[in-house]
Amino acid sequence: MRANGVGYDVMVVGTSWGGLDAVRTLLSGLPGTFGMAVTVVQHRHKDSTHILRSLLQERTPMPVREVEDKMPIEHGCVYVAPSDYHTLIEPGHFSLSTEAPVRYSRPSIDVTFLSAADSYGHRAVGVVLTGASVDGTEGLKRISERGGMVVVQDPATAESSLMPAAAAKAVPRARVMPLEEMVRFLAMLPVAGAERDA
Amino acid sequence: MAVSVNAEAPLPGPPYVYNPELERIEIELLLEGVYRHYGFDFRSYAYASIRRRLWKRVEGEGLRSLSELQARILHDPDAMERLLLDLSVNVTSMFRDPSFYREFRELVVPMLRTYPFVRIWHAGCSTGEEVFSMAILLEEEGLYDRARLYATDINDVVLLRARQGIFPLDRMQEYTDNYIRAGGRRSFSEYYTAKYDGALFSPSLVRNVVFSQHNLATDRSFAEFHVIFCRNVLIYFDKTLQNRVHRLFYDSLVMFGVLALGGKESLKFSQYEPCYEKISQAEKLYRKVL
Repeated sequence: MRANGVGYDVMVVGTSWGGLDAVRTLLSGLPGTFGMAVTVVQHRHKDSTHILRSLLQERTPMPVREVEDKMPIEHGCVYVAPSDYHTLIEPGHFSLSTEAPVRYSRPSIDVTFLSAADSYGHRAVGVVLTGASVDGTEGLKRISERGGMVVVQDPATAESSLMPAAAAKAVPRARVMPLEEMVRFLAMLPVAGAERDA
Repeated sequence: MAVSVNAEAPLPGPPYVYNPELERIEIELLLEGVYRHYGFDFRSYAYASIRRRLWKRVEGEGLRSLSELQARILHDPDAMERLLLDLSVNVTSMFRDPSFYREFRELVVPMLRTYPFVRIWHAGCSTGEEVFSMAILLEEEGLYDRARLYATDINDVVLLRARQGIFPLDRMQEYTDNYIRAGGRRSFSEYYTAKYDGALFSPSLVRNVVFSQHNLATDRSFAEFHVIFCRNVLIYFDKTLQNRVHRLFYDSLVMFGVLALGGKESLKFSQYEPCYEKISQAEKLYRKVL
């Protein structure tokens, strides 16, 4: 545990339908002792089932849970935003919403990222991976403005460059790197204390 | 020679710094004002979601801050009406989560057959998609004529819409698909007539429906029910208000009455979990047992 103000509590990861391999690669590179709460927001069909959770669980020793309303946010866990809801991050827990899709997406990456920025400020990490839309850009910008860490997959190495390219362009502070390098970088980030998990 | 002044130039000032504590003060003051002046109590709504909706209203009104919105809302009832819509309209569909309706047919309908008369409460019915879905289901199960459905919402405007039974025509494809997967037994198009860009549902579907304004945050129970639907409504409340509403539901259910929640809602994070048993593995259907 570190002193207040140093380190990160939550990491939010955004990608679209084709990003499954990228998310799996990312998770498999994070050690089981990785202390942040990781939330994965992936665009997918509204009727898609719990399969994403098990596909991710195969690749990480961290427990992977599909978010339910008011579920506590715990360090060292991976959370999957459910399909057909927006997932909002509050200090210490999740809230869900069935407000209208944003940019045709529910879950919307922006909605989750914006709430992570507002609730965790400089203790949030935003990660934009491969994706075929510009969702995530606005949220990543907010995380950057609030002093959080912002990381974008190098568009040249992404399966679909639209999402990372838009994010990298709009957020000059973003660290842009290929997936493998990004995983090593994220694994080294300091983790904040657990005192916020009330 | 006159010095030209660029009227477009921004005024000098300190850079905008986000202050979450100040934002919380503004939001709490606004919601307190709304409660004291209009009687709508949003003070215990889930914070991240209400903040998002309030900022959307700030933009919609062409304002710059939550404090400006407070002034507008308090002095202009029309603005309050618009805010109320923002805060209470949720985008849903008919037979949302078809597997839920299938499970309801299989597990709950046989229980309902044992009652001579069935009272069902749709708490937070919004624009009525779920009420019409349930009316259709009960009709097909031969239960409708001994059922009464109470459809309530905090917002008069959405209740009016629900009562009309007109839904966007361009969603009928999706609803038909849902209906079939929910175990529907007829042709979905039997239930509506296309009119302009709307689908007008048969008024006979609401012959046993009572629409009424009810505020889950402040109002009391008004009857005893065999089934309470409250799907994807509690997600907008904070944990304190959720517990209050769970108490209201508990008090309003007959013994062995059924509580139906949304697919990603759980009694697990409430105080009332021990009072119910799960009757479905996959869906959020609970039976009052204590």
